[in-house]
Amino acid sequence: MSASSDSAGAGNSRGLIAWIDARFPMTKLWKEQVAEYYAPKNFNFWYFFGSLAMLVLVNQIITGIFLTMDYKPNAAEAFGSVQYIMNDVEWGWLIRYMHTTGASAFFIVVYLHMFRGLMYGSARKPRELIWIFGCLIFVLLMAEAFMGYVLPWGNMSFWGAQVITSLFGSLPVIGGSLLEWIRGDYVIADATLNRFFALHVAALPLALIFLVIAHLMALHEVGSNNPDGIEIKKLKGPDGHPLDGIPFHPYYTVKDMVGVAGFLLIFCAVIFFAPTLGGFFLERANFTPANPLLTPPDITPVWYFTPFYAMLRAVPSFAGTQVWGVLVMGSAIVVLFFVPWLDRSPVKSIRYKGPIYKIMLTLFVLSFITLGDVGMHPPAGIYPLLARIGTAVYFAFFLLMPWYTKIDRVKPVPERVTGHV
Amino acid sequence: MFKRLWLIAAILLPFGAAVAQEVPLQHVHTNINDVQSLQRGARDFMNYCSGCHSLRYLRYERMGKDLQIPLPLLKKNLMLTSKKPLDHILSAMPEADGVKWFGVAPPDLTLMSRYMGNDYIYSFLKGFYADKTRLWGVNNLYKPNVAMPFVLATLQGVQKPVYKSVTDPSGHTRMELVGVTPGTGGSMTPAQYDEFVTDITNFLNYTAEPIKAERRSLGVYVMLFLALFFVLTYLLKKEYWKDVH
Repeated sequence: MSASSDSAGAGNSRGLIAWIDARFPMTKLWKEQVAEYYAPKNFNFWYFFGSLAMLVLVNQIITGIFLTMDYKPNAAEAFGSVQYIMNDVEWGWLIRYMHTTGASAFFIVVYLHMFRGLMYGSARKPRELIWIFGCLIFVLLMAEAFMGYVLPWGNMSFWGAQVITSLFGSLPVIGGSLLEWIRGDYVIADATLNRFFALHVAALPLALIFLVIAHLMALHEVGSNNPDGIEIKKLKGPDGHPLDGIPFHPYYTVKDMVGVAGFLLIFCAVIFFAPTLGGFFLERANFTPANPLLTPPDITPVWYFTPFYAMLRAVPSFAGTQVWGVLVMGSAIVVLFFVPWLDRSPVKSIRYKGPIYKIMLTLFVLSFITLGDVGMHPPAGIYPLLARIGTAVYFAFFLLMPWYTKIDRVKPVPERVTGHV
Repeated sequence: MFKRLWLIAAILLPFGAAVAQEVPLQHVHTNINDVQSLQRGARDFMNYCSGCHSLRYLRYERMGKDLQIPLPLLKKNLMLTSKKPLDHILSAMPEADGVKWFGVAPPDLTLMSRYMGNDYIYSFLKGFYADKTRLWGVNNLYKPNVAMPFVLATLQGVQKPVYKSVTDPSGHTRMELVGVTPGTGGSMTPAQYDEFVTDITNFLNYTAEPIKAERRSLGVYVMLFLALFFVLTYLLKKEYWKDVH
């Protein structure tokens, strides 16, 4: 009895799948994108961060939807509504901490994901568009995070927004009216809060999801890079699949689950034991409502913006305008888009690159961390000097890349990938 | 508009330097799980602070539940500004009166612990000293030119400022405030007053995040579950990857 009903059930579900497949490419999509997407078998630790970025995106969207249900995008009520979520909404505190910790976690995994790309030459031909979509995601993510930070309407929300939007005001000719247009008022006010809310919960997440899909479609079209930086599609077995490739599902789905578990251990440790992370994830000055008459002692952005903020402040005013710092900060992001063409090395992966690239990449990471630290301090003492050195090293890494990758010694690249654990 | 940023920086720069010369905060050890300390803190807050300071993001009922205070007791002793347990803890003083009497409205204290820190609250309450130049006859070591009168003077007594003569590199000698003498004439010993202030600090530590204690205890179980989940996913991965060479 049970056996016959089981097989009838299986028959029914096969029938349903066939019915759907005749009308929508469900099985085809599953096979192409997951079950028969052949990924290199030698992915290492650094390859966890793509799937983790996706996990954090989903976390932000789901927790964000629930926060939206109780949050009030109104200058008079916003701060109080966040406290209402913390104290009165069932599990509201958990949802909010998942969202605030998720914002920082997003940048951690995205920075590590981008670092992986620089290490293994993931931006190089034929993956230029994957990289460019990724850079666009990064830009939108910064806008999304900035606007999200304004919503709780704490004092740092207000003053941070005041300073960051004022950057647009430094542009020549159009600056003043552009600034007014962005703020919807002469200062950061209720109108600004309302439009930032609209952009934060609707426009930017939609654009982000669209770009993530484009990022993945481009990736699955050309295939994943790997720590050896070689193309596994060059060597295929008799079955037509890459010799060094394994199906994404089940191999990488189960492997990524280990990454997810490890990530959640750290993520939840922060949520449950240190949700402010000593002022890094939630700043002290934001626990008091926005007050246009009370400037915080130091206006510093959240940690993930501080490297760029340090570059902004590193450039002195010149010819009567401060626009140069804004241009330098903007260029620091724009230059990322050109990485696929700046790297002229005959090999992709750092494993086969010479000492110069290794030194430059190390210096780049050090400069980024230094700038991140500098951006958290008032520009006094040693910090302005450190900011300028850090900015110079940051740009040297990219702008000198065509030259030093060409003269650098390289090692021979193997035919097959090495190791898989 | 961008000039404003530099204007702010220019104004804040000397301020940053001044901060360095401030008297360092005193450290307080608080314990969010010490319910008795929280209850004493709540009692003292309601008696000495709530006349002027609100806890506008916290409701009486929630506080009673978290601090294990039965509703009749809560209503009788702690609900001084409202009869409804679901009301927020508001002060008796209208904001406009605060501005009229003190120059500023007394700040809401719900989040003060997360905004300024426990050490600040503790130090602030121990930092009042006699200063005839001020309107209320007191100043504060940790918040110079404080607008608040010292309402705890009957408990701690009056502290006197201690100055030290400092000669700067250019040869000018000036007096710098370095501390205070222990209070005299109060009803509490210094040790009793320290405990009193610690309880209030602990209570404000609670009001700033009422879920804190529960969050931590829940977190232990979450960690244990995730540790197990990590082991299981790792074993599953190993099993699947056996045939990848």
